[in-house]
Amino acid sequence: MHWPIDLIVLTFVIFCAIAAISVKDLLATSILFGAYSFMMCLLWAVMGAVDVAFTEASVGAGVSTVFFVAAVFRTSRRTKD
Amino acid sequence: MKFLGFIIVCLTGALLLYGTGEFPDWGDPGSPASMHLSNDYIEKVVEQTQVPNLVTAVLADYRGFDTMFETAVVFCAGLACFLLLRDFREKKERFYRHVPTGVILHVKDSKKILKTGKEFEHMDKDWVPSDLIIKTVCRILIPFIQIYALYVVAHGDFSPGGGFQGGVIFGSSLILLAISYDLKTLVRRIKEKVLGIYAAVGVLIYVGIAAICMPMGGNFLDYSKLAPLVPGDPHHIRALGMLGVEIGVGIAVTAVMVIIYINIVSEGRHDEGL
Repeated sequence: MHWPIDLIVLTFVIFCAIAAISVKDLLATSILFGAYSFMMCLLWAVMGAVDVAFTEASVGAGVSTVFFVAAVFRTSRRTKD
Repeated sequence: MKFLGFIIVCLTGALLLYGTGEFPDWGDPGSPASMHLSNDYIEKVVEQTQVPNLVTAVLADYRGFDTMFETAVVFCAGLACFLLLRDFREKKERFYRHVPTGVILHVKDSKKILKTGKEFEHMDKDWVPSDLIIKTVCRILIPFIQIYALYVVAHGDFSPGGGFQGGVIFGSSLILLAISYDLKTLVRRIKEKVLGIYAAVGVLIYVGIAAICMPMGGNFLDYSKLAPLVPGDPHHIRALGMLGVEIGVGIAVTAVMVIIYINIVSEGRHDEGL
C-alpha cells in the first residue's frame, strides 16, 4: 500500500500551525514552531528540494527556535490575549 | 475586532487557495518555469561552471547579486539587533561567589566592583548549577558540529549546503557552548568586537571577490576573470570563486547568529543568559 507521505506531513504542518497560535504558553509556541519547521523540512525533502530542506532544518528548526526560547526567557511566558 | 480579523484571514486564505488552482502541477514539464530557463541551467551548468550542484551554481554564480544582498541583509539584521538591544550601562546589582567557602555575595552598590579571579567568581542572578553530563556531552559534541559545519561550507558545490547553512550550524555550535556552560564562557572566548569584525569581514570577502573581477577585465561577480590569480585548472575557476564567496557568507552568518543570540538572551548586557 502506497502511503501519501506528503499528505501526512502536510496534516502535521497544519496541526502544528493551528496549535502554535492557539496555545497560551509562549515556550510551547516556540517549540511548536520548531516542530512546524521540521515538518516543513520533511515536506521540502519529499519534494526533492534538498537545499531548501537543509536551510529549513538548520535555520527554521534549529537556530530560530533557540532565538524564540531566548526571547521568551527574557520576556514573559504567558500571552495576554 | 477579533472576529473581524478571523473573517479577513479566512477570506484571504480562501482567495489564496483559489489562486493555487491555476498553478501548474508539481514537476509539470509544460509549466512556464520549466520551459525556458530551467532547461538551460540543467544542460549547461556543469559545462559552464564545473559545479555539480545546480542550486549552488544558480545561487552563487548566476544569481550572485541576489546572494550578495542576502548576506548584506543578514549583516543588517545583526546590526539592527545590536543597535536596538545593546545596553552599555552597568547592572545595578551583582552576585559573586567566594570560591574557597562557597558563600554568595549580593552586591547592591553598582559602583562597588569586586575583582574576580581566584577568590571571587562572578555569578548569574538565576544561576543553576550546570549539569556535569550536559557539559561533558556538549564539550565532546561541539568540535564535531563545527567540523560538520566546515564540511557543509566547503562541500556546498557538490552536495546540499553552502555558506548560509554551514554558517548557521557553526553559529549554533557556539550557541550550544553558551547554553551548556554559561554566557560568560562564550563572551570570554569570542569578544564582541571580534564578532562584529567577523560579520563585516564576511560581507567584505563576498564583495571583494566580486569586485576584484572588475579590474581583471570582467563584470562584477564574473569569476571566470579570476583565472590568472589562481594556480591550477582554469576551468575550475568559477567553482573556486563560488567557494570563496560561500566562505564569506559562512563567516558573516556565523558571527551574526552569535551576535543576535547574545543580545537577545542577555538583554544586551552580555553578562548573564540562559
